Amino acid sequence: MARIELAGLAHSYKSNLSQPSDYALRPMEMTWQDGGAYALLGPSGCGKTTLLNIISGLITPSQGKVLFDGRDVTHLPPEQRNIAQVFQFPVIYDTMTVGENLAFPLKNRGWKQADIDKRVAQIAEILELSGELKHRASGLTPDAKQKISLGRGLVRPDVAAVLFDEPLTVIDPHLKWLLRRKLKEIHHELKLSLIYVTHDQIEALTFADQVVVMTDGEVVQVGSAQSLFETPEHTFVGYFIGNPGMNLLPCEWRADGVQIAGVSTALTAPTGLAGGEGKLTLGIRPEYVQCKPSQEAGSLPARVISARNMGTHWLVESQLGEHRIAAKQRDLHPVHSGDTVWLSLPAARTLYYVNDKRVA
Amino acid sequence: MTRSGFSRFFLVVFLIGSLLPIYWMLNMSLKTNEEITGVMTMWPAHLTFDNYKVIFTDESWYSGYINSMIYVAMNMVMAVLLALPAAYAFSRYTFLGDKHLFFWLLTNRMTPPAVFLLPFFQLYSTVGLMDTHIAVALAHLLFNVPLAVWILEGFMSGIPKEIDETAYIDGYTFPKFFVKIFLPLIKSGIGVTAFFCFMFSWVELLLARTLTSVEAKPIAATMTRTVSAAGMDWGVLAAAGVLTIVPGALVIWFVRHYIAKGFAMGRV
Amino acid sequence: MNKTLNNKAWWLVLPVILSVAFSAIMPLMTVVNYSVQDILGPDQAVFVGMEWFKSVMRDQDLHSALWRQLWFSLAVLTIEIPLGIGVALTMPAQGWRASLSLVLVALPLLIPWNVVGTIWQIFGRGDIGLMGKLINDAGISYNYTGDSVDAWLTVLLMDVWHWTPLVVLLCYAGLRAIPDAYYQAAKIDGASRLAVFRFIQLPKMRNVLMIAVLLRFMDSFMIYTEPFVLTGGGPGNATTFLSQYLTQKAVGQFDLGPAAAFSLIYFLIILLFSFVLYTWMQRVGTGDKS
Repeated sequence: MARIELAGLAHSYKSNLSQPSDYALRPMEMTWQDGGAYALLGPSGCGKTTLLNIISGLITPSQGKVLFDGRDVTHLPPEQRNIAQVFQFPVIYDTMTVGENLAFPLKNRGWKQADIDKRVAQIAEILELSGELKHRASGLTPDAKQKISLGRGLVRPDVAAVLFDEPLTVIDPHLKWLLRRKLKEIHHELKLSLIYVTHDQIEALTFADQVVVMTDGEVVQVGSAQSLFETPEHTFVGYFIGNPGMNLLPCEWRADGVQIAGVSTALTAPTGLAGGEGKLTLGIRPEYVQCKPSQEAGSLPARVISARNMGTHWLVESQLGEHRIAAKQRDLHPVHSGDTVWLSLPAARTLYYVNDKRVA
Repeated sequence: MTRSGFSRFFLVVFLIGSLLPIYWMLNMSLKTNEEITGVMTMWPAHLTFDNYKVIFTDESWYSGYINSMIYVAMNMVMAVLLALPAAYAFSRYTFLGDKHLFFWLLTNRMTPPAVFLLPFFQLYSTVGLMDTHIAVALAHLLFNVPLAVWILEGFMSGIPKEIDETAYIDGYTFPKFFVKIFLPLIKSGIGVTAFFCFMFSWVELLLARTLTSVEAKPIAATMTRTVSAAGMDWGVLAAAGVLTIVPGALVIWFVRHYIAKGFAMGRV
Repeated sequence: MNKTLNNKAWWLVLPVILSVAFSAIMPLMTVVNYSVQDILGPDQAVFVGMEWFKSVMRDQDLHSALWRQLWFSLAVLTIEIPLGIGVALTMPAQGWRASLSLVLVALPLLIPWNVVGTIWQIFGRGDIGLMGKLINDAGISYNYTGDSVDAWLTVLLMDVWHWTPLVVLLCYAGLRAIPDAYYQAAKIDGASRLAVFRFIQLPKMRNVLMIAVLLRFMDSFMIYTEPFVLTGGGPGNATTFLSQYLTQKAVGQFDLGPAAAFSLIYFLIILLFSFVLYTWMQRVGTGDKS
C-alpha cells in the first residue's frame, strides 16, 4: 500500500527555465494518503496527465522527489513502483485471449502457471469477466476492454496505487456509470489508492474523496467536493466547479463598504484587507445570489437579460453595469428580460480574492 | 554493445550499403564516358560537369522535368483525394460486394502496364487528350488509386470506431470530425501514401511516353534517348539519374513530419 | 472492428471505381478479344477459341520461365520483408535523425528503373565497377555476365537494394501509428523488448505488412526493366523472368493472339497467388473467430 508524497516536485519540458510559464508543472508539495481516492481535475493542458505520468514513473521530473511510503522512487521505472495505469482508450494485447492478457504481467514476473490461473480467476471474478477468459480480447466492447486494462493492473498482488488517465473517454455514456460504480467497489474491496485524472467535474466530484484542482501547471486547491464548492481558494476553482461557475465581480473596498460597479452593497470588507493593493474580486456562487422583486438593504439593482426554467430551478442572468451576474434559485417571481431585479449577496457566502487567491 | 547501440550500428551499415550505388551514380555523372568504361576510380580522375551541361542546355530536358512534376503532382493530389472517402467506407462499413471490390482494386496492379499501351493510346486519342498532362495523370490513377485505397484503409482500420462515435457525441459534424480529428490520427498513412503515389508516377516510363509527344513530354522519356548512335551515354544517364532523385527527396522531406512521430492519440 | 452495414457507402467508393474502371475495363476487353482470335492481317481474324491458351500452357520454355520467376519472387519476399521490418525498427522515431534517415532510405526508390539497371551494369563489372572490383579483389571470382548464379545474385541484390526501402517506409509509418500508451502499458507490465515486438509492434503492423507483401510479390512477379537492362535475361536465359519471356515472344515470334492469351494467363497466375497470400495473411492475422 502506498502513501505518495511529492516533495518540491516540478517539471519542465524546456532546458532553460526563465519564467513560471516554462514549467509544465509548477513546484508543489503534496501528500496522498494511503487508500484514498483522489481526482485530478482540470481543463486540457493543465498538466494533470504530466503529474500522473510522473507518479507512475513514465516521466522523470526535472525537479523534486516522489516518495512511496517514504521510499524515494523518483528514478525508478514504472514496473518497479507497484502501480497500475489505465489509459484513455483500452490498451490490450490483441493477439491474446482475455485470460492471457490478465496473466501477462505475472508471466513476466516468472510466476508458476497454477498460481497465475488462480490469481487471474480471482481478478476476473471481481471485474465480472470470468465468462470471457477464453475469448480473444480484441473482440470485446470498449468497456470490457477497459476492464481488462484495469485487470492487468490489479492482477499483481503488490500493486499499491491505480492511476487512471481519463479512462471513460471512449465509453458509451450509459456504460460510464456502471464502470464508475465498479471502480468504487474495487476501491472498497481492495483498499488501493486510486488517482483519477479527468476534465469532467461531475466524474471527479462523484468519484473522489479529495479533488485536486489544477490549472496551467499549478495545483490550486485540494479538498473535498463540498469544500471546493463552498470555499474555493482560487478563482479558477470557483469558476470551474459548479454549473454555472461562481460569479466573479471586480469590486472596490471603501471605508463604508464594498462597492460593485459604483453601487454600494450592504457588505463590509473583512478586516485585515488593505485596500488598493491588486485586484479585489468578489466571488459568490449563483446558488447563493438572491433575486428579489423589490429593493432591500444593500441589494443591487440589475437588468434581467434572461430567465430560464431549468426544471429543478430558475437560472437568471442579469447585468449590473458591465458585469454579468448569474443567480440560481428554486422559485422566482415572474420576470421578463429588461426588468429590474434586486440582487442580495449574503455576507456569509461572499468570498474575496486578490490576484486570484482567496484572502477572505 | 548495448541494444540501442546495435540498432544504430545496423542502421548505419544498412544506409551505407544503400548509398553506395547512389554514390556510384554520382561518381559516374561526373566522369567522361571514356573514363567510365575505361578504369575503376572512386572519384573522377578528370572531374567534368559536361554531363550536367548537356542536360541543362538541352531545352527538352528542362521542360521534361517540369512536365513530369506537373502530372505527378496532379496525380498525387487526385489519387489521395479519391482514395480517402473510399478507404473510409471500406474501413467503417460493410456493403454489398465490399470484399470483392476491395480485392478487385488491387487486381489493377496485376498486369504489366505494357498491356494497356495500345488501348490507352486509342482512348486518349479519341477524347482528344493526347499529349496533355492530365492524360498521364489520369492514366496513372489506374495503379495509384488502388494503392492509395489499400494503404489508407490499413491505417484507418487501426483507429477504433469509438473515436468516431465519441466525436459525434461531442457534437462534431462528419466533415469537422474527419478533418480535425480523424486525418491527424492517420497522418503517417497519408504521408506514405502521398510519397508512394509520387514515386510510382514519377518513375513510370511507358505510359507517360506513349501518351505524350511534345507538350507534356516527361523527363523519363527523354532519358531513354541517351542510347544514341554512338552507344550508351553513361555519363549523361547517370547525371539524369542524380537529377531525378532531387524532387522525390524534396517530397519526402516535406511529408517527413507526417510519416514520423508527431501525434498522441486521444485528448489531453 | 464492428463495421456497420450501410449500402450508401457505395457513394464513397464510386469515384474510385469510376476512375479505375475507366482505365481498366477497355484494355481488358481488348485483350480478351485478341486472345481468342488468330489475327492474320488487318480485318482478317479467325475465332480460334481456347487454341492459344492451350499452346501457351504447353510451352516448355514458359514453364522454365515461370519456375525461375517463382523462385525469384520467393527469394525477394524472404529477404526484403524481414530486412524491411528490421530497418524500420532501427530508424529513429523523431527529430532530425528521423528526417535524415527517411530521405536517405527513400533515395533508391526514386531512380527511374532503366537508370537503376544501367548503374548496376557498371557497378557490378569486375574491371570498372566498384562492387565487382571489390568482390574480385577479395578473392571471390565474380562475373555476372558469364556466370548464371552470379547473374541471379546480382539481380536479386539489385532488387533488394531498390525495393527494400518500400517495405521500410511502410513498416516505419505503421510503427509510428502505434500510440505511446501501448509502450507505456508494456513497461508497466514488465514486458521484455522481444515481447513488445511480438505482442504489440508486429500485430499492429499487420495491415502494412500485408500491403508490403502483396506489393512486393506482384511487382517482383512482373519485373522487367531492371533485369532486362542489367543482364538482358542472360547468361542464356538464366535471368529471363516471366515478363521478359512474354515480351520476347510477343515481339519476336508470336502475333497478338498468343501474346494476349499469355497476358491473361499471366494475370490469372498473379491473381491466384495474390488471392491465396491475401486470404492466408488475413487468417493468420485475425486468428479463429470466437
